[in-house]
Amino acid sequence: MSQTVNVRKPIPHSLPCVAMAGGIFMARPEGTPEQDLRDFLIMAEHAPDAQEVDRRDFLSVATISVTAVGAGFAAWPFIAQWNPAADVLALATIEVDLAPVAEGQQITVSWRGKPVFIRHRTADEIAAARDVDMDDLKDPQPDSERALRPEWLIMVGICTHLGCIPLGNQGEYHGWFCPCHGSHYDTSGRIRKGPAPENLGIPNYVFTDDTTVVIG
Amino acid sequence: MADFMNNGLVRWFDRRLPILSWTNHHLIDYPAPRNLNYMWNFGSLAGIALVIQIVTGIVLAMHYTPHADMAFDSVERIMRDVDYGWLMRYAHANGASFFFIVVYLHVFRGLYYGSYKAPREVLWWIGLVILLTMMATAFMGYVLPWGQMSFWAATVITNLLSALPFVGEPLVEWVWGGFSVENPTLVRFYALHFLLPFVIVGLVGLHLWALHHTKSGNPLGIDATGPQDSIRFHPYYTIKDAFGAGMFLLVFAVFLFYAPNYLGHPDNYIPADPLKTPAHIVPEWYFLPFYAILRAIPSKLGGAVAMALSIGILFLLPWLDTSRVRSAAFRPVFRWFFWILVIDIIVLGFVGANPPEGAWIVIGQIATAWYFLHFLILLPLIGWFERPRPLPASIATAVLEGSGSASSGRGAR
Repeated sequence: MSQTVNVRKPIPHSLPCVAMAGGIFMARPEGTPEQDLRDFLIMAEHAPDAQEVDRRDFLSVATISVTAVGAGFAAWPFIAQWNPAADVLALATIEVDLAPVAEGQQITVSWRGKPVFIRHRTADEIAAARDVDMDDLKDPQPDSERALRPEWLIMVGICTHLGCIPLGNQGEYHGWFCPCHGSHYDTSGRIRKGPAPENLGIPNYVFTDDTTVVIG
Repeated sequence: MADFMNNGLVRWFDRRLPILSWTNHHLIDYPAPRNLNYMWNFGSLAGIALVIQIVTGIVLAMHYTPHADMAFDSVERIMRDVDYGWLMRYAHANGASFFFIVVYLHVFRGLYYGSYKAPREVLWWIGLVILLTMMATAFMGYVLPWGQMSFWAATVITNLLSALPFVGEPLVEWVWGGFSVENPTLVRFYALHFLLPFVIVGLVGLHLWALHHTKSGNPLGIDATGPQDSIRFHPYYTIKDAFGAGMFLLVFAVFLFYAPNYLGHPDNYIPADPLKTPAHIVPEWYFLPFYAILRAIPSKLGGAVAMALSIGILFLLPWLDTSRVRSAAFRPVFRWFFWILVIDIIVLGFVGANPPEGAWIVIGQIATAWYFLHFLILLPLIGWFERPRPLPASIATAVLEGSGSASSGRGAR
């Protein structure tokens, strides 16, 4: 363990080495000055001044490289196993029968573990949603872009602020109100007041017939 | 002194937390006997196997559901739906077998070269405790998929406790958490199966501590007398261990990718049915010799006691073996009986795998009797009567004469 240092040995003139050793001196450890001096001398003695690259260096680098590539391949399955699994992906699409939902009613269905609001809007609500100046909106978007069929508003029911579920038929705009931090959404699910930055999200969906919608 | 210890920054850090000089002391500059042969690879291979089990096991724990109604389906979900779940589960299931393969070879290495003798008795004991903990862990892990073999293995093995007089019945019900193997049993086995590997990690730490305190043995079984008998662990044995690890992983990969169910039982792909026992139940291969000893004794308590003693007597091995010569390379009589013991244990394995009928019963009883005869009678006698070959003066002289590894069995002349 112990190593004796020949202090009389001339120090190689390696500037980067001296600079690094200087750094050691400044970050003075609790070691005695003698210990620090010895560290410096050892360092100077082992300075990499114009060392030749030999076959052993090549073998070392090659071995480490192959090991690193192998470790990368081995790590991949351990990372990939956290992906959504096949059964989770299989539930990524749901079919909803809209026939029982009367005008003015709203149902909440679960899609990918999230609530999806499906609201059968009244004529008044549609009119209110359309009669809005785009300049008043924080996240401007016309109602026609948010509902494929005006009477059916289908949205992901998660507040765009921090993920709470807004309450229906509430708030200053008679749409949705998030109780967590006070975000108000209108009858088109657009953010009107409060800390949320964006409108409620619209999932991909298609109507397969007049009363059936496929979400996802 | 390893080169990195000359770096000023390294030394600055090391004066505050000497972890680097500790690493250097135990893994780099550590003086290892210069004559270790490939039988000395199996300790590090066991360490690698333990790491594989812990890493894949933690992954499986993230997808598995420890409940009697859901466990089986959650394992099938891992196999079919989870990305690379099949790889994780097959690596874990086959990894258990390979862990036992390398550990058994490690134990046989110890038996052949007298690794249990003074001053390494405590090192040997800790190794045996690791083996017992591994067995408990493997058994409880086998229960978790909750297939037919899982359930009936749990039933049969826990019922062994009922053989104990007086306390047997209440003890078994305590272990079950009910009146048969049920959901509470599964959940507690799951918790313990998660815990015990980390207990093994701690025991491995003690094992290595004892090893580095008493220093490694070697094929000649004589102590190192000076620096000429040793070489640095790094790079000589790191590269030898790395080569062994490569070979190990190659064989492991063959099973993992081409025969992942070869070592398992098809019946375990049938969900557990508490009302129907499979026609032929056998434990995993690594328990077969012990299972044969259990069945060789025609008495419930006797069988359980014999099985416990089959490992229990190994704790007394440092005193049952009366020879002062460690390595079998210099023990002509012992060496014969060592190989007979190996054959005996393999025979016990075949007996354990076959139904207890006809000739298998007799063979099992003879092999069991020989097992205990070997350790309790023959080993002390051989030590007294055997005339060992002369030991070499030092490891260095034997190595320079070309007989240092003693693997040829001829030893030094």
